[in-house]
Amino acid sequence: MLLFPESLSLRSPRCIAVAALLALLALMPPIANATGGPFYVTLSLRILIFALAAASLNLLLGYGGLVSFGHALYLGIGAYVVGILSFHGVHNGWLHVAVTLALSAIIALLTGLVCLRTSGIAFIMITLAFAQMFYFLATSLKYYGGDDGLAVARRSDFEPAFSIQSNTGLYYVTVIVLAATLYLSWRLVHSRLGRVLRGANLNVRRMEALGFPVLRYRLVAFVIAGCVCGLAGLLLGNLARFASPAYMAWTVSGDLIVMIILGGVATIIGPLIGAIVYVNLETIVAAYTQHWMIVLGPFILLIALFAKRGIYGSFLVWAKRMDSAR
Amino acid sequence: MTGSLFVVQALNGLQYGVLLFLLAAGLTLVLGIMNFVNLAHGSFYMLGAYLGAAVYATSSSFVLAGVAAVTGTLAIGIAVERTTLIKFYARDHLYQVLATVGLILFFNETARILWGSPAIYMRAPQGFTGAINLMGILYPSYRFLVIVVGIIVAVALYILIHHTKIGMLTRAGAANPRMVSVLGVNIRLLNTVLFGLGAALAGLAGLMAAPILAVQPGMGDNVIITVLVVIVVGGIGSIRGAFFGALIVGFVDTIGRVYLPIVLNQFMDRDVADATGSALASMLIYLFMAVVLTVRPKGLFPMGR
Repeated sequence: MLLFPESLSLRSPRCIAVAALLALLALMPPIANATGGPFYVTLSLRILIFALAAASLNLLLGYGGLVSFGHALYLGIGAYVVGILSFHGVHNGWLHVAVTLALSAIIALLTGLVCLRTSGIAFIMITLAFAQMFYFLATSLKYYGGDDGLAVARRSDFEPAFSIQSNTGLYYVTVIVLAATLYLSWRLVHSRLGRVLRGANLNVRRMEALGFPVLRYRLVAFVIAGCVCGLAGLLLGNLARFASPAYMAWTVSGDLIVMIILGGVATIIGPLIGAIVYVNLETIVAAYTQHWMIVLGPFILLIALFAKRGIYGSFLVWAKRMDSAR
Repeated sequence: MTGSLFVVQALNGLQYGVLLFLLAAGLTLVLGIMNFVNLAHGSFYMLGAYLGAAVYATSSSFVLAGVAAVTGTLAIGIAVERTTLIKFYARDHLYQVLATVGLILFFNETARILWGSPAIYMRAPQGFTGAINLMGILYPSYRFLVIVVGIIVAVALYILIHHTKIGMLTRAGAANPRMVSVLGVNIRLLNTVLFGLGAALAGLAGLMAAPILAVQPGMGDNVIITVLVVIVVGGIGSIRGAFFGALIVGFVDTIGRVYLPIVLNQFMDRDVADATGSALASMLIYLFMAVVLTVRPKGLFPMGR
């Protein structure tokens, strides 16, 4: 009871599925090295990092009903912090993390103050515009590579605590960060903040009439989501050893939304499932044809048309029926 | 000398502004009436540019190219609206965004398959390759043509919206779509007509931009985000807002790009000034949008609801 914010039996299908998933993720590097080689570790890392970014966006988009279409901005922030700091010879990982969190928080706070004054379509368009603004800022930073991006000479240095110089090391750090984020966001959703967010999603006026300063709660959620996605960006910069304006492109923000809807809007595990399916699909289709977007575009359209609950959302409905049948 | 530079840049800003207006006009109408966010509007701009460039390359007639760009995007627009987008009007914005993102990827890749990835350059039509003399200032005549066409379209749209029955229904629909529907107007049909008109205007904008910019896959994506800024600044659903928003944004962007580095040069090193100036200039319209929204969250010319 103390560990879980919901009353949940350890033998319920939900618990078993999540435990199996986490076990699979933990065993991935040895399995990959035994079968397909290091490519699969890199692929899984990409999946986990995008899952982390999507999970942070899901807090806003799924639970808060705030359709931010510029969340990839923070991926770029994290990557550029690693890139620019190591460009200047600063490799201390803890410092990278601190700067990423501070910068993400400041940007989320300032843009959030403007964006959250609007709602609906205007909110979508403004979040998109702000992300694009930073995209253009990154491309105009000629000193740091401009359009071409910036190579990261050396990964963030967390020694002696741990090392992410090898992909396996980076992988386990990412798994731990992701698992912690998912657990904490589960708790957050059931906390006061989460309840106010979900309540405001259903009826803002009623929440305000109840005396909750909705804007302030939403701003806090906006900042939290920005910080977590900034961390994902830091991991991405370390994985690719590269910081590119392309990380902030609007298509990446779109990808994150697709992952959430594919996996299950407003579910904790959904973004992870969505990232697993989507990144794998992208990789497979791209291996067959260079024109993979001609397949992916209509696929996204079909998801928008038919995916009401998403994969994990549908599983939850099934699991609930199994539970009540017992 | 600096005076004539300013006039030329102001005309460039006006030319960019009217292009933005051609794109914003159709988009803001559909946004206002159906409360529908169509990010794929930029794809019509791209398709208009490609269709125009392709027809111009084979027929070397700019008028034929114009007909192809406008009717082609009109037909594609209506087909897309009727077959696909109509299913999303009742859905959440989230799914509308997703569906139109899927459409953008599809159209971009289609253009890449049909015409290839490298940019295509289209020559300006005959008779518009030189410069014209505007009271002692030389200005490229094709850009001047763009301004003239843009203003003609703006006037025509003004007459259409404010002095015809369709225009009356459109304004009423933007103010209160449900009420108009209850009064017996087929608002779905009206929306299809407006959607097609918007697509055709975007196609026209693409054609007009083709000799100035490079025609390439994805060319609509960046411009559509600027158009969204225009619409947010002007006020969603308002054609007047789209017009003034487009001119302001076009002007601010163009003037900022030219003058910010020059102004900063007074205070700092040349290299630093150029770098900061261009970085700041690329952010200028977004900062401008932030200021407008802080003062007036509904835009400069909001629709009365």
